Amino acid sequence: MSQTVIHRFTRTVPRWRPRVTPVKLDEATPAQLDALQVTPSNTRVSDYVLVLAHDVETLKVRSPLFNAIMYGRDGLSRAERELGAIAASIVNRCIYCAAVHADRHAQLTGDTGVTDAIFLNGEKADLAPRDRAIFDFAVKLSQTPPAAGPADLQALRDAGLDEGEIIDLILSNALFGWANRLMHVLGDPVRQEAS
Amino acid sequence: MSLPATTALDGVTIAPSSALAEAIGARDAIFAMTRTAEEAVLRPAETGAWSHALRHALAARIAARNGLPDLAARHAEGAGEHAGLADPGHLPDGDLRIVLAFMDVVAAHPRDVTAAAVAGLQGAGIADADIVRLAELNAFMAYHCRLIAGLRLLAGDSA
Repeated sequence: MSQTVIHRFTRTVPRWRPRVTPVKLDEATPAQLDALQVTPSNTRVSDYVLVLAHDVETLKVRSPLFNAIMYGRDGLSRAERELGAIAASIVNRCIYCAAVHADRHAQLTGDTGVTDAIFLNGEKADLAPRDRAIFDFAVKLSQTPPAAGPADLQALRDAGLDEGEIIDLILSNALFGWANRLMHVLGDPVRQEAS
Repeated sequence: MSLPATTALDGVTIAPSSALAEAIGARDAIFAMTRTAEEAVLRPAETGAWSHALRHALAARIAARNGLPDLAARHAEGAGEHAGLADPGHLPDGDLRIVLAFMDVVAAHPRDVTAAAVAGLQGAGIADADIVRLAELNAFMAYHCRLIAGLRLLAGDSA
């Protein structure tokens, strides 16, 4: 079996192969085990999280922050938060993040059309008006420096988003500016292929 | 209502009891965790190879690239002997050159980062744990800068 690095966007989630050596569970410090939430009944930890365990203080706050931003009650729908995450992952070309969150978006909406369109045409994808406003804003906020401006904000308001929903979009998109820079920098998305 | 204490809201003018203030207040746990994460990447107890001063210099450099000069200036104040590195146009010779080049591309062009960039750091003798620390600092700053830019846009619109 050989491993091929994936370069095209896909909803089929690849395996993530680290470019640095993950922390070994049997060598982990008490602080690392605590941040990893390893218990005798839960010893399954992904390579990604074991890589992040090299910076244990950041890992400790990252998971609860991630969950609060992506799964918090009220505000923007879960599918629309995923769209904010996908937009960042397209701009930053994080194949792994885009796959995970496109798959989740398709499951939440029962529809693969939106992510098919985004994977086909990227930032120029043909989307319905509310998705269009959300995706455009998030694509622009993902630039360096961030390029979202008053007209992009007005488009969100015209599409019916309120203050809380707009904050949730900013948060989910910004969070993937973070996640993409870990996933895409510290590892490769790969598939097993019979050689 | 009182707003959560977080640098994400520095420089954002929000009218008390406005819809924006209410929406931010309803998300106070997120802003509190953002503050905790900022401490963890900039002023960790376990610094590895990167001192607090160097981390602030790198953060200032990223904030400047993201068009946030006030955030850059605040981080530069903590940069001590590394303050010169806060200028994103300055790429000095020496041991830190490869680190700065890596941080610059991850901050501004993450899509262009390849396995060779990480291998280059490893080849320069930088430990894997310290590479992860650099990536986390950079990644957090990407989040923080976009959060701040987005909130300022929203507050400007609401004013």
